[in-house]
Amino acid sequence: MDRFLFLTLDGLSRGAVYAAFALALVLIWRAGRIVNFAQGAMAVAAAYVAYSVTAATGSYWLGFGAALLAGLLLGAVVDIAVMRLVDHRSPLNPVIVALGLVLLIQAVLGMVYGNEYLPAQTPFSRTALTVGGTAVLSPYDLFVFATVGVVGAALVWVFTRTAIGLRMRAAAFAPEVSRLLGVNVGGMLTLGWALASGVGALAAMLVIPTELGLHPHAMDLVFVSAFTAAVLGGLDSPPGAVVGGLGVGLLLSYVSGYAGGDLIPLAVLALLLTVLLLRPGGLFAPVTARRV
Amino acid sequence: MSATRAAAPQARHAAADSARPGRSLPTVVRHLAVAAGVALLVLLVSYQLDSFRNFQLATVAAYLCATAGLTVLTGLCGQLSLGHGALMATGAYTLALVQNAFAERGLTAGGWLIVSLVVAVLATVVVGAVVGVAAARLRGPYLAGLTLAVAVVVPALTVTFDGVFNGEQGLAVPVAPAPAGLGSYFPHERWQLWVAAAATLSCLVLLANLVRSRYGRAFRAVRDDEVAARLAGIHVARTQVVAFVVSAASAGLGGALLAVLAQSVSPGAFGLTLSLFLLMAVVIGGLGRLAGAAWGAVLLVALPDLTHSLTNLFTLSPAAAQRLEGNLPLAIFGATLIVVMIAAPGGVQGLLSRLTRALRARWPVGRS
Amino acid sequence: MGGDLLTVEALAAGYGPVPVLHDVDLRVPTGTIAAVIGANGAGKTTLLRTLSGMLRPTAGRILLDGRDLRGTPVEQLVRRGMAHVPEGRGVIGELTVEENLRLGALWRRDRTAAGHALDEVYQLFEPLARRRRHLGHQLSGGERQMLALGRALVGRPRLLLLDEPSLGLAPRVVAQTMALLRRLRDDTGLTVLLVEQNVRSALAVADQGIVMSLGRVALAAPAARLRDDADLRHAYLGF
Repeated sequence: MDRFLFLTLDGLSRGAVYAAFALALVLIWRAGRIVNFAQGAMAVAAAYVAYSVTAATGSYWLGFGAALLAGLLLGAVVDIAVMRLVDHRSPLNPVIVALGLVLLIQAVLGMVYGNEYLPAQTPFSRTALTVGGTAVLSPYDLFVFATVGVVGAALVWVFTRTAIGLRMRAAAFAPEVSRLLGVNVGGMLTLGWALASGVGALAAMLVIPTELGLHPHAMDLVFVSAFTAAVLGGLDSPPGAVVGGLGVGLLLSYVSGYAGGDLIPLAVLALLLTVLLLRPGGLFAPVTARRV
Repeated sequence: MSATRAAAPQARHAAADSARPGRSLPTVVRHLAVAAGVALLVLLVSYQLDSFRNFQLATVAAYLCATAGLTVLTGLCGQLSLGHGALMATGAYTLALVQNAFAERGLTAGGWLIVSLVVAVLATVVVGAVVGVAAARLRGPYLAGLTLAVAVVVPALTVTFDGVFNGEQGLAVPVAPAPAGLGSYFPHERWQLWVAAAATLSCLVLLANLVRSRYGRAFRAVRDDEVAARLAGIHVARTQVVAFVVSAASAGLGGALLAVLAQSVSPGAFGLTLSLFLLMAVVIGGLGRLAGAAWGAVLLVALPDLTHSLTNLFTLSPAAAQRLEGNLPLAIFGATLIVVMIAAPGGVQGLLSRLTRALRARWPVGRS
Repeated sequence: MGGDLLTVEALAAGYGPVPVLHDVDLRVPTGTIAAVIGANGAGKTTLLRTLSGMLRPTAGRILLDGRDLRGTPVEQLVRRGMAHVPEGRGVIGELTVEENLRLGALWRRDRTAAGHALDEVYQLFEPLARRRRHLGHQLSGGERQMLALGRALVGRPRLLLLDEPSLGLAPRVVAQTMALLRRLRDDTGLTVLLVEQNVRSALAVADQGIVMSLGRVALAAPAARLRDDADLRHAYLGF
């Protein structure tokens, strides 16, 4: 029972990160009908920026801030310099271009930092605190919950309560009408990319220290897990992404705790396959005929 | 659909080809004749080139199986797959396991390699059918996401089940040397090229015939408009599964050939990067054209070689040189992929056809 | 008053290689309503889309208050005082009534004035006030019409471009809409360019009738003349 509790809390902590990363995917999907397959690579790039800044200044928090900033900037640059120029009439094209970005970003990181795992530090201890003899959460887990919670709340606030959020939603739902109403639709799309990429960078900062460390491919499996989470929640739904992220986190934690960590990749693939075949619209979508 | 637009002239050419009088040879015969010509050419060339070039050409042949298969799937049938690296891994590992099993039983004669290749292709067909059945129900980003997951997860399975696949270390692949009849000084690489070229040419002839057959037309119909294809009596899902299986079989053969050439397999060689490489190769070669697949395969081998020569021009510390050499081709591939998708979605072969069409338009007489 | 708010000179436009508009000239004096009428495919919607910058003209000039609009991005036109209610009305179904309306005034720097404009629209369209929190796609056709018009009006436009406001609406609602346009013209000096299939109700409210045919202006005449001159009406409008 203790173990179950521990795995549940650990899974929720892991899931919070997947939720954030899935949320970033959903943001771009809603804004531009693109699944950003480069998001993992972009997030890793931001994490490398944090590594350099922390190495130069000795401060984790300066690195953390630099990663978020780098994420925001990278998102904006990718939209303006690449995605805007792509012919979106075929849905294949943006996907292929995003994959080109994956190759390019990972290769550049490999050239600059090398293809070895670099150590990634955490600002708080990862040793679980014990309550009444039961290991529950580590201070770092609490930090993860707090950060994802704050960012999630901030996103909700921006999108529902601010003028810029209203513009962004309008631009996503009805670009042509929004332009007629004076909304700079291209700018809103760029802002959406920046926000999503910033959230992705945050997720990378949170998850990389809990895995093998910093590596150009460090987010590959996280991306697949987060994509699964986003599909589980329905690609269009931010709350769905959060629920999906937590669900995937829990599942992977149980698999790793009861069956062995080596099985995690297989579990992700099996889950994705199951969701796609049974509920391609996500858990919250009404059951419909298959998409034609 | 730019992929569609890019491939449309090809389809038109195909129609024109079969309608043109004086070209009444059956397609199969024509393809066999071309294949025989290419085989003869490879034979002659293999005596002119040094061992290293022979090996490189053999590697091109192995990649060509995979890129041609992916071209049929993505270019002709309109399904994106990021998982072909994983399918190549399936073929390669199956071949390694079968060859090792043969070796344990003392079956070391070269002819058993054919059996191993066939088993490798069959194993990949099974995996391809599983993924293909799922893929036929999925579209756009969902399909891309699933195949991406396959590409990321399958190489990781070699570590999960390291009792069978020996983890990151991988497996050795015992391959028989060139037949003694060729003489004791016959270079091994030349023999490797012969084996790879023979397998690849058979694969290409089959693919080329398939493309010109009823199935090929069904592929294109499904790609261009699923609803219209369904109305025309084409079973869309079945067609897509067939395309996926055929494509997987080619990738499996390619992977198996790579294993034969390298005489070892390890998960590192079949990661996500390989899948992206293959996709890049068919996009840059030109989606939907088998000739484009050849360009792509050549690029896959030539570009790392070029960057190797390039890094040798500069004096770098060994560590920096190693980083640069390992990653520069990737960076160039990635950047090329982006630029090609933005600037020339038809790829190299598309540019060539546009060029030849422009030339023909200028000198129409030369064509009569 | 004084002069023309909208002047169009030798305008040509089309979709890709397909030309739709040829050599279109028209003038809409400040504080008047002009009704663009004509058969399906005459180029009426294309004209509106070109005026509001959604479609780039291939030739000719568009002057708003004497200033050439060439090179002005679509999203800037609303700041120049032009509002376009597109065909199908463009209510954003995923946003609430209130959000749709706020969107119409977001570009305005003066937040208090924008707030007043919002209140005025709620007074003008009583049902919208009651359904503030409802999503756009939950509204009836008539309510959407109100919302689209209201959303244009909170931007306090000088020129209102309306595409087929009567489409799919009950005759009573159409009559109310036309009456509202007339009131706005008389009370606030609003200038309206109205594209309509419903010739009778359009001419009933308009000052000027512009008949389009095959992408050209076939006739521009006072609406009263088109209404009353049976020969003219018969020749150009077929009834």
